[in-house]
Amino acid sequence: MSLIAHLARMEAVESGRAQPLATVRHRHLSERPLVLVPLTTAGEAGAPLGALVGTGPDEPRLLVVPQPRDRELRFAFLAELAEEVLPYVDGYADAVEPVERKDPATGEKVQVELCLDAPQLIVPSRAGIEYVRLLGRSTRFRRTAEQDPDTPYPAPPRVPLLGRWLTHYGERARVPGSSLLLAATDLLNRHWATGQSSLEDQHLGALLAWIDPYDDEPGAEAAYRAELGRDSRGQLLCPPAGPATDPAFDNRLLAPAIEAYDRARQAVGAAEDGETADAALAALHRAEREVRRLVVSQLKPTWDATWRALGLLRELPEGARVADRWTRDRWSFTGHRDKVAAGEPPQPRRDDAVTAAAKLAAREQAQGRLDAQEALDDPLVLAGRRLAGEAFTGEVVEVTPAWTEARRPAPRPLLTFRTDDRPRLEPGTKVYRSLDGRPQTAEFVAPEEDGALVLRLLDKMGRAKEPAEGTVPEKGERIAWTLFEHDQRTGPKLPAPEDTPWTHGGPPRSADGELPDAVTPEDLL
Amino acid sequence: MSASLDDGRSRPAQTTDPVPTPASRRRTRERLAELRGPSVPPRPLDARALAALAANPGCRRRALLDGAGVDKGALASRLGSPAPFGQSQFAIVRGNSFEAKVKADGGRELLRLFGVEDPGTVSVPELSASGPEGRTARTALALREATAAGGWTLLDHPLLTLEVAGSPVHLEPDAVVVDPAGRWTVVEIKSFPMLDGAADAAKVGAAARQAAVYVLALERVAAVTEGAEVGHGVLLVCPKDFSNLPTASVVDVRRQRAVTRRQLDRLTRVEEIAGALPEGLTFDVRERSAEELSAAVEAVPHAYAPECLAACELGFHCRGRAREAGEVQTLGRSVRGELGALTTVGAVLAAARGEAGDPEDPAVAALRRARALRQEALTEAAACR
Repeated sequence: MSLIAHLARMEAVESGRAQPLATVRHRHLSERPLVLVPLTTAGEAGAPLGALVGTGPDEPRLLVVPQPRDRELRFAFLAELAEEVLPYVDGYADAVEPVERKDPATGEKVQVELCLDAPQLIVPSRAGIEYVRLLGRSTRFRRTAEQDPDTPYPAPPRVPLLGRWLTHYGERARVPGSSLLLAATDLLNRHWATGQSSLEDQHLGALLAWIDPYDDEPGAEAAYRAELGRDSRGQLLCPPAGPATDPAFDNRLLAPAIEAYDRARQAVGAAEDGETADAALAALHRAEREVRRLVVSQLKPTWDATWRALGLLRELPEGARVADRWTRDRWSFTGHRDKVAAGEPPQPRRDDAVTAAAKLAAREQAQGRLDAQEALDDPLVLAGRRLAGEAFTGEVVEVTPAWTEARRPAPRPLLTFRTDDRPRLEPGTKVYRSLDGRPQTAEFVAPEEDGALVLRLLDKMGRAKEPAEGTVPEKGERIAWTLFEHDQRTGPKLPAPEDTPWTHGGPPRSADGELPDAVTPEDLL
Repeated sequence: MSASLDDGRSRPAQTTDPVPTPASRRRTRERLAELRGPSVPPRPLDARALAALAANPGCRRRALLDGAGVDKGALASRLGSPAPFGQSQFAIVRGNSFEAKVKADGGRELLRLFGVEDPGTVSVPELSASGPEGRTARTALALREATAAGGWTLLDHPLLTLEVAGSPVHLEPDAVVVDPAGRWTVVEIKSFPMLDGAADAAKVGAAARQAAVYVLALERVAAVTEGAEVGHGVLLVCPKDFSNLPTASVVDVRRQRAVTRRQLDRLTRVEEIAGALPEGLTFDVRERSAEELSAAVEAVPHAYAPECLAACELGFHCRGRAREAGEVQTLGRSVRGELGALTTVGAVLAAARGEAGDPEDPAVAALRRARALRQEALTEAAACR
């Protein structure tokens, strides 16, 4: 983090309120995102306890597993989750626009479909993103009775497909700047600096206490209450944003309720006549309602906090280059839609070497692009780069026409530029500015005696001898130059998997896809 | 960190230390018992305390309280900032049932994870005894016998001691396996899953640090046992994928062992810290009032950093004090690094505003530039709206 961000944190300490780290919104927010607040059972790998899911703050759908150790109940939960998530995802699959794209195999231009918009998934915290990945991993290899009639514990029909989408979203979340799957805490932390450390910033309740306190309470006090405040029964006033629950909640409230549910189920099984069976069933419903009530008591505050975070972010205007990154997300969504439609097998447990190398290269490139685009969209981010000597802002004090000495002279005007910044320039260093959204290059020639910089414009001035109108800055114009490129150059293309030498390719992937996880009767999941 | 920092010359305090005599050890023990409260049994150093040791070795407050075996959780509650730690009974039940499954079949299941299909007879000696000293002695005896016997032996929950900051602490690994060649291997049984052969890196790291402490403690016993050697690879046993079938992986803890060794050596010695305290000071949570306890805790300096919140029961208490003092470290260790001699939020902001500080100081100059750039950008953005 830069010194400017540290300073913002200290200003937040002093004022008791979070301070801006950005002046525009750097992530895309969908008109209708799907918010998912999951809870998991402590100690179990991915045994969900419940979730709130929905596209509007007032209409969450509550899903609860009254006994998380019961496989049937867990499958029922996943089936219900699939019924919420998949129709939402499918709703974006059909509205498409035709786009011309170069076919990577032949190099010829072909028309392909690009989805006009993409579904967006929002979870409360970073742990939620990991949980989406985990759910994806636990479900995408499951077999349904239709796929394999002999499978011992068939999954409900749409659950493996849910796993594939959750896996895709979890994987995409690792690409810097992507907005398909976002955590509310990451969104807030990108745009505001609180008066606490980045570790404490992972607590959604504490974070909101700094950014959007009720009654103008100082942030530190409100955050402390969110972190540790408990009611008379020893329960946290602000339940953790999950997926893990508070141990005190598990031990004092949830465990007895689940035990009561188990007893009620046994009573139903043991009932011998109709009358006792009816009574036992009623008791079972009551016990289940109690578990649901408890689970929703933990989920609802986080649900509301997540929507509050989205509301805060919507107040910021969207950065100019956010749409460009969202288009890449739309390509990602469209690509996976096509893979599912083509009947490809689920994503493998581990990427092969070629896929892993390609992913890593793509993420590095995305990180570079994100850094550049955020700085160009936002003067506050640019300020950090200026402080680091990677950009400079100032005024053109003189423009001297000049040309190349070729047979057909091309314009190479010299700019005398005055700045108070201290960029790390050496003669020949290339610098870039944004000219109607496209980068224009100049090179640093030399400093003048009074400290002004002489720059030579190199491109985007047209083919004529005189530069096209508006392409050369005028005297008095203020310009922000960057030392980093605006479009990240892609490295050399990786060879196709079949052309990759075995030293770099790893073992070939088997054609049949992967086998499902082994399941034993005593397994909890 | 460079290796040269580590040689003896740069740590004169270590080399000039008098060798502790039995009498001085006894005095230290008595003093620590006094600090803890005479009627309070010492609290063994658990995994969390070990993690705190690694997270913040320079904290005198933590070193003293852990060294004296004070129940920091109870202390934090009395101070009004109860630690938010706790374990869900679901996790405990699951952890216990998994451990029982791993140790089932007289240790044969565990040896299968070792890669030994047919171990012959596996001896599982009885280790129970009265009191921690008795159990430690029993463990040492069992280890000696197992090494001499030359077969496979599984020690279930042995008790080891390690000198931390001048006072012995008790440690209880999940299991130790002795192989026919006399090599002792620490077994850590954890209930987080190993998914597709890989577990959560942070959790594996914590388990490795914990196991490294057990390795160090075992080495003390091995030093006086003929033919014994302590393996630097520990066996980490976890549930496989989403099942409760155990799977295992050998984790090399040589690095963690070396780091812990160095941190233990560098720990400010508890008797020095205790010696600097006023007579009669005690952390007796049963006898003393909250005010007295608070004053006692304040008498020992802390070194709060945000990492403490996850590792130390007193984290929230120390955070409150550090915030009152306006320490910049409350915002993160990295923040502190960039600010030179400016250690409080007030001093940093005053320097940034030009109200204080030497403009020649590079940290001050950078702060002023940072503030000017930030203000300029915010003004520009406000004008654009």
